[in-house]
Amino acid sequence: MSGIKERLLESGFFLAALASGATTLLIFGFMLVMGFPLLSGGLFFNMLMGVWAPGKGSYGIYPMVVGTLSISLLSLIFAFPVSLGCACFSAAIGPSWLSRSFRRLVQLMTGIPTVIYGFVGIFLLVPIVRGMHGSGSGLCILSAALMLAVLISPTMILFFNDSLDRVPKSYQDAADALGATPSQKLLLVMLPYAKKGILSGLILAFGRAIGDTMVALMIAGNAIQVPESVFDAARALTAHIALVIAADYESPEFKSIFVCGLVLYLFVALMISSLRLLGALSHRK
Amino acid sequence: MKKSIIFIAVGFIWFFSFLSTSSSADVLASFKEEKGTVKVSGGTAHIPVMKEAAKQIMTAYPDIQITIAGGGSGVGIKQVGEGLVDIGNSGRKPTDEEITRYGLKLYQWAIDGVAVVVNPKNKARALTSVQLIDIFAGKIDNWKAVGGEDKKISLYTRDEASGTREVFWEKGLSKGEVAPKANVVVSNGAMKTAIAQDPAGIGYVSVGHIDQTVAAVAIDSVAPTSDTVTSGKYPIARGLYSNTKGDPAKLTKKFIEFLYSADGQKIISANGFIPVK
Repeated sequence: MSGIKERLLESGFFLAALASGATTLLIFGFMLVMGFPLLSGGLFFNMLMGVWAPGKGSYGIYPMVVGTLSISLLSLIFAFPVSLGCACFSAAIGPSWLSRSFRRLVQLMTGIPTVIYGFVGIFLLVPIVRGMHGSGSGLCILSAALMLAVLISPTMILFFNDSLDRVPKSYQDAADALGATPSQKLLLVMLPYAKKGILSGLILAFGRAIGDTMVALMIAGNAIQVPESVFDAARALTAHIALVIAADYESPEFKSIFVCGLVLYLFVALMISSLRLLGALSHRK
Repeated sequence: MKKSIIFIAVGFIWFFSFLSTSSSADVLASFKEEKGTVKVSGGTAHIPVMKEAAKQIMTAYPDIQITIAGGGSGVGIKQVGEGLVDIGNSGRKPTDEEITRYGLKLYQWAIDGVAVVVNPKNKARALTSVQLIDIFAGKIDNWKAVGGEDKKISLYTRDEASGTREVFWEKGLSKGEVAPKANVVVSNGAMKTAIAQDPAGIGYVSVGHIDQTVAAVAIDSVAPTSDTVTSGKYPIARGLYSNTKGDPAKLTKKFIEFLYSADGQKIISANGFIPVK
C-alpha cells in the first residue's frame, strides 16, 4: 500500500518537473518555428542589425537590442553595489531588530507590480531627470535604468542575504576568535563564501531587468533611434513586442516580434550560462 | 447627529439618482429585460464616450455588464475579427482588406479632429502645416524657431496600432517622416499625461481628449474646435467607428443604437466629438 503511495508521489513530482521543463522548451520551439521563415531566408541577421523603418521596408531590431542591453546593464550597475551593501548591513553589521525590519520591507518590495514602479517613475523620477539634463523629455535610458534598479534590487538583496546567512556559524566564530572586526569578518570570510549565491542573485536580477516590460514601456520613451547617450530615449525589445503586437498578423512588423523573442531568449540563456561558467571556473581555483 | 447627516446624504443621492434615471428612462427602456455582457476594446479616443454610455446603461440596468478596454484601433479590429470582443473600436476606417477578411460591419457614430497639443506653458500656439511637418521630421528642433522659448523640442508620437497616429500622419504630416528620436506612447490618455508633464513636448490627441492640462495648436491659423472640424476647415479629422463581426448580437446592437440615440449624441458632443446620425 505504502509502496503505491510512494510511487504515486514520485511520479507526481516527476510530472511537475517535466511540465515546467517542457514549457520552457516548448516556448523556445514555438518561437523557432514561427521565426523560421526569417531564419532560413537569411533575414535574421538583416533584422538583427538593421534599423526600424517600416515606411521604407526595413524591420531591423538593432536599436531595440542596444536599448535593452543599455537599460538592463545600467540598471545592474546602479543596483548591484546598493543591494550588496544593504545585504551586508542586514546580514552582518546592523543590529538584529533593524536588519529584520529591513528584510520585511525588502520582501514587501518584491511584491509590488512593475506597473506601479512605472507610474511612480513618470511622476517623480522623469521630471528630475529632465531637470538634470536641462532639455529633452526625461523619458530616457537613465530614467528607465534607475527605476529598473529599484525594481531588481529587492531580488538581489534577498538572494545576497540568504547566501550570507548560509555562511556556517563555525567560520564566523573562528573569525571572531581571531579578533576580526565585523567588517573584516564580512569581507574576508562571509563574502568569499557567499560568492555563488551572489552570482545567482545577479543572474536572476539581470533576467528580471532584461525581461521587464512595463518600466521600459512607460519610462524609456520607446523611440526607435539607436541611443547615443543615457539621456536619449530608447526602446527595449520587450516594449517593442508590446507596441507591435497589435499590428496585422501577416505584416513583416508582426513577424519581427519572433526575432525579438528569440533574441531575448538567447540573451538570457547566454548571460546565464556565461555567468555560471565564470562561477564554475573561479570555484575550481 | 452623525446618523442624521448620513441619512440626509443618502437621501440626496437617492433623490438625484432618481432624477437622472427618470429623465433618460424612455431611451434606456429598450435595455429593460436585457442581461449579459458586452465587451468593447480598441481605439482609445472612443473611451470617454464608451465609459459614459456604459455607466448610464449599467446604472439603470445592473444586470448588464459592459467592459471597456483600450489597445488602439489595430487591436480593436483584430480582437473583434477574432471574436474576442463584441465591439472593436477604431479611430480610422478599417481597410477593405480587414472588412472582407473578418466580415466587419462598421458603425461610424462621430467625427473627431486630431489636434496638435503642447504644454500649456508653451507660448507657441500657432504653426503652419510646413512647420508642423518639419518639427515632426526633426528639421526644426528648437521652439525658438516657431515663436516659443529657447528649448529643444521633444517629440511624442503613438504606437503602430493607433488610428490617431495614422490619421495624423496622413492628414497632418502629409505622410511625412516622423523622426526616430520621437517618444512613443500607447494611448490618447498617455499622450495627454506626457505633454502635460513635459514643458517642451509636442504631440497629438483626439480633440475629445483636450482639457486644461494641454494646449491645442492652431494649424495654418485654424484652431481645432467642434465648429472647425464640422465645417471641414480643420483638415486633420477622422470618423470614430465601432465595428462588429457580422451582424451584432441583440444586446450589442442595442448598445450601438444607444450611441445614435439623443442621449448617446449628448454624450458624444459633451466629450468634444461631433455626433453622426
